[in-house]
Amino acid sequence: MLEHAWLILALPLAGVAGNIFLGGRLGRRFVSALSCGVVGLSFVVSVACFLELLAMQPAQRHFERHIFTWFLSGSFKVEGTLLLDPLSVLMTLVVSGVAFLIHVYSTGYMAGDSGYRRYFTYLNLFTFSMLTLVLGGNFLVLYVGWEAVGLCSYLLIGFWFQKKPAADAGRKAFIVNRIGDFGFALGILLIFRTFGTLEFGEVFSGAERLFPSGSTLITGIALLLFAGATGKSAQIPLYTWLPDAMEGPTPVSALIHAATMVTAGVYMVARCSALFVLSPLALAVVAIVGLATAVYAASIGLVQNDLKRVLAYSTISQLGYMFLACGVGAFAVGIFHLMTHAFFKALLFLVAGAVIHALAGEQDITKMGGLRSKLPVSYWSFLIAALAIAGVFPFAGFFSKDEILWETLLRRGPLVWALGAVGALMTAFYMFRLLFLVFHGTARHEGHVHAPPFSIKLPLVCLAVLSAVGGLVGAPLLFGRHFVKEFLSPVFRHVNGHVAAGTHEAGAGHFVVSELSMAVVSVSIAVLGIVLAYRFYVISPDVPQRLKERFARLYSILFNKYYVDEIYDTLFVRPLVSFATALWRHVDALIIDGAVNGSAFLVETASKVSRRLQTGGVQNYALSIVVGAIAILAFWLLR
Amino acid sequence: MPVGVSHYLAVSAVIFAVGVAGVLLRRNILVVLMSIELMLNAANLAFVTFSRASGAVGGQIVVLFVMTVAAAEVAVGLAIVLIAFRARETTDVDEMNVMKW
Amino acid sequence: MTGEVMSQVPLITVVTFLPLLGAFLIALTNPGRVRFIRTVALVTALVDFAVCVPLLAGFDVSTPSVQFVEKHAWIDAIGSSYHVGIDGISLFLVILTSFLTVLSIGASWTSITHRVKGFMVSMLILETGMIGVFVSLDLLLFYIFWEAMLIPMYLIIGVWGGPQRIYAAVKFILYTLAGSLLMLVAILALFFIHHGNTGEYTFDLLKLYGTAIPGGVELWLFLAFFLSFAIKVPMFPFHTWLPDAHVEAPTAGSVLLAGILLKMGTYGFLRFCLPLFPRVSLQAVPAIAILAIIGIIYGALVALAQRDVKKLVAYSSVSHLGFVMLGLFALNTQGVEGGILQMVNHGISTGALFLIVGMLYDRRHSRMMEDFGGLWKRMPVFAGFFLIVTLSSIALPGLNGFAGEFLILVGAFMKNAVFAAAAAVGIILSAVYMLWMFQKVMFGEPRDGDGEEQSAAQKHGSVFFDIGARERWILVPIVVLIFWIGVWPGFFLSRMHASVDALLETVRNANAAPVESVEEAASRGLPTLTRQLMHGGEEDSEGASQGASQEVASAMEPDTQADEGGE
Repeated sequence: MLEHAWLILALPLAGVAGNIFLGGRLGRRFVSALSCGVVGLSFVVSVACFLELLAMQPAQRHFERHIFTWFLSGSFKVEGTLLLDPLSVLMTLVVSGVAFLIHVYSTGYMAGDSGYRRYFTYLNLFTFSMLTLVLGGNFLVLYVGWEAVGLCSYLLIGFWFQKKPAADAGRKAFIVNRIGDFGFALGILLIFRTFGTLEFGEVFSGAERLFPSGSTLITGIALLLFAGATGKSAQIPLYTWLPDAMEGPTPVSALIHAATMVTAGVYMVARCSALFVLSPLALAVVAIVGLATAVYAASIGLVQNDLKRVLAYSTISQLGYMFLACGVGAFAVGIFHLMTHAFFKALLFLVAGAVIHALAGEQDITKMGGLRSKLPVSYWSFLIAALAIAGVFPFAGFFSKDEILWETLLRRGPLVWALGAVGALMTAFYMFRLLFLVFHGTARHEGHVHAPPFSIKLPLVCLAVLSAVGGLVGAPLLFGRHFVKEFLSPVFRHVNGHVAAGTHEAGAGHFVVSELSMAVVSVSIAVLGIVLAYRFYVISPDVPQRLKERFARLYSILFNKYYVDEIYDTLFVRPLVSFATALWRHVDALIIDGAVNGSAFLVETASKVSRRLQTGGVQNYALSIVVGAIAILAFWLLR
Repeated sequence: MPVGVSHYLAVSAVIFAVGVAGVLLRRNILVVLMSIELMLNAANLAFVTFSRASGAVGGQIVVLFVMTVAAAEVAVGLAIVLIAFRARETTDVDEMNVMKW
Repeated sequence: MTGEVMSQVPLITVVTFLPLLGAFLIALTNPGRVRFIRTVALVTALVDFAVCVPLLAGFDVSTPSVQFVEKHAWIDAIGSSYHVGIDGISLFLVILTSFLTVLSIGASWTSITHRVKGFMVSMLILETGMIGVFVSLDLLLFYIFWEAMLIPMYLIIGVWGGPQRIYAAVKFILYTLAGSLLMLVAILALFFIHHGNTGEYTFDLLKLYGTAIPGGVELWLFLAFFLSFAIKVPMFPFHTWLPDAHVEAPTAGSVLLAGILLKMGTYGFLRFCLPLFPRVSLQAVPAIAILAIIGIIYGALVALAQRDVKKLVAYSSVSHLGFVMLGLFALNTQGVEGGILQMVNHGISTGALFLIVGMLYDRRHSRMMEDFGGLWKRMPVFAGFFLIVTLSSIALPGLNGFAGEFLILVGAFMKNAVFAAAAAVGIILSAVYMLWMFQKVMFGEPRDGDGEEQSAAQKHGSVFFDIGARERWILVPIVVLIFWIGVWPGFFLSRMHASVDALLETVRNANAAPVESVEEAASRGLPTLTRQLMHGGEEDSEGASQGASQEVASAMEPDTQADEGGE
């Protein structure tokens, strides 16, 4: 099947073409069937590839395919390469699997929308782009997918383009991503100048061979690449687009802005682990940015009232954890968390979508409540997902998040761990705050609650199952094997040498605790968060109000998201616009065009003066001819 | 004193000067035209002189051309004068200065 | 077999002068027969485009030399001949010209309603002029085409343009003439210097390549050519004619102006400046690169401030052409090939943008963003095309803009990382202004115009009725090309390799070769030049041989660029 891996990409692309050229004529049923069908088939092919890879010897699990020569200009040669190795196949499984479920969900969620065909065209295009990103065998193919998912994100955030906030948010997402991509593109250029190629294999082996650990060049490359990751994966300082991206349809938020696209940065950092491990500085930056984002975004999530925005900040925070994992050198763990996060965060969003759908578009959690009995499937799914993200044993998030914290403690010491744990506490708190406000208590909304259709319930159940048990594939204490780590180990084999050394140093000075006891600690933290939320929002609902009044300033900072959007606006956006206007009005119109029109004016003035010579009297002309003739004669004679 | 080339040329120069003076100084356009004829004939005289002196006939042929041109010029010139007179009722060149800036 | 038949047909001449024939035919037609005139124009342009197919098919990718060459005596007395041909640099520009002319005529089908005859004649003459510029291998012939092409464009702007058309047309022609007169002087100087060196009077470009030019003079000649081309490109700060001309020109004029005329500047750098003055060119790299980068960022920023869609696109051209210049003067394979590819890309994308703006203008008779909004709802098919073209303009990977700009960045980065980084800022800014414009026009709630458009509105239910078959068929080939170049740029690059490598080789060799000393240059070049200018150049078989021998004997002085103006 590996030979036919191109089908994974070709199928969604065919879906795009089919939707564009036939979808209008053949109607919605066709669009639904085609769109879901191609993605489903793509998933099937991915599974087949996965199984085939699994059947090979671990060291041989690497399949590359050059499809065509894309660029050839002098020494610059780029192939259209597909790469199937454990990392990309795992990603492919997650992407196509979640995408399939969300396609199915969307057939129910978007059923009444007039842009049905357009929606599914974009969604298929997104699936194609994301799979290209994941399967690309060199930096440029990765970059194609990278930018193309950004495009789809732009289109889907602004899907309801009549609404100005949606259109604005789409544009913001694209432009902020472009700023990150600026770094990414320069990183690619630097890679090419350094290694003379963009193929992953050659670059990574070259880096290992040619550069010592800590080389400035590699640090530069790694940091530039990471700049791209901060844009795509919504990390400080380029995270501001993601909360706004919630203007898009909810399934889109689930697919693009939670499960897949935003994790592209993590994937890319993991893919380039060979470069990152050579640069302790870059790794430290990744870890610091990840940790800071994890805690920072979680703190904002504590007080937001928009259901989807809380989830968005939660996503940012969780992505921070993934980067933290990568930053401490535990790339496989980062990918593991990426996978489990894809399950439970997609589920959270889908439930949110179901709730919003049921309440006819209401997103404010203060206006919800008491939905437990009316939307049982949604409730139980949300509960499972919330337990998973909070990190309660044995749900999926427990295994991955606990492992991140464990690795952090091991490699960076207790302080970093403590910060991570604070973030985890906040995560558990705001998640259950959501749960209690939305599903418990009394109903604070009016009107009929729509029951979700089957097409919405099915994906919820599937993802709930995955969120519940999906973490077991990485449960060494239960099975004695960590399947994910083992499977990914060929990709990250070079990591061990570098990071293991670091582990030794860092770990030696600290108290040694068993992983098991730390697991107990992290579960306790999660439970603490849940209990707090229960106390605040179920037992004595007036506590939050009192806290809000007591810490009014802190509350307003958090509620206004640290005013970062406003700061960016004053610091960058407005100055840029006024600078541009000034350039146009003053430099262009006044100085440059002034010079041009000024010279024209000079010529005109000069000619106005000199045309006085043109008297119109023939005799004057004749006189000047004579004078001229005499002057010439005199010159020749007297010379 | 034999009449030599220089004498002819002197006469030619004088006639030419008279012509130039006429063109530049007279106000009546008819006189100006006639002064131009004078200048042409001065040139003719010089041509014939040189032709005679050098023994080549080329100069005399040119004179024939000049006379033809002069005739054509007078014809066109007078026609213009006529039109101008009809339009402006004057033959004074100072008043014919519409062709200025 | 076919190859032999091909070589019998003077393809280049046919491509160049066929439009002129069509123009002649139209000129004989009664001006009232509008439909016939349009059809003749379109058919002529189509046939001309069809003739380009054998050009492309018969093009030999393996040789750097000029192909399809035709050379006939023309003005023997001064050594000027009718010498035309194409190589990998000009091939796609010729094809692009005939391609865009077809689309432009199609786009003018309904929007040009008065003086149709004159318009179509101008368009076809313009095509001849433009193609002539790209195929000429004789400097005098080149100069004639270069100037001749101005006239129809001047008329197109001045007669069929917007309210400020006279100002724009005069500004356009004066700007361009100012530059090209200096170029004429430089051409003459080159002509005499070459005569001084070899004793042969010729305007033949291929013979003039490699002419040894004394240092100081080379700088001045380079500057003369530079100014002419820089105005045409246009490079900052010679760009202010562009927004006016673009905005006032009718759609077809804007398309050809942006698509082809600007390329003549960049093409000129490649064809004339680099190989004729290789040493100065190399020294000018930092200056030109900085101007190009200023152009990229400045153009993008000013575009950001625009409210007039057409002006925005015009300023975006300044930015994109900055990229092209940066690529060309990276002086490496990636940069130059990227630059050429980007010339074609810009012709396609920006041409398409102007076509699209034209379609909007046809409906609303406005170019201001605030007069539009929510068009996606009214014109979904149009929206799809517009989106693709916008994305191509902001260099989305997989579309043509990316193929060109990324190659340019690769080339620039190999030369100087800081330059590449500065230029890459332009890619961010392009997203900012293009998406801003796209949002303003396409997103939001639909609004309809009032007043004069109401009759159209009643007919179609809205002023903004979706595009019909004609407009669709204008945009479809563009979209095909956008994807083609984006996905398979190799097809285009492979046809450039040989020529580009040869060109770069020339530049490299010239800079590696020994350079004559200041004294010798002064003793030979300048006086010879002045003497010849004074006396019509008649004295010099002796001087020529002397010059040549001196050149052979010239010492290996390191640098001759010291100013000789003082001596």
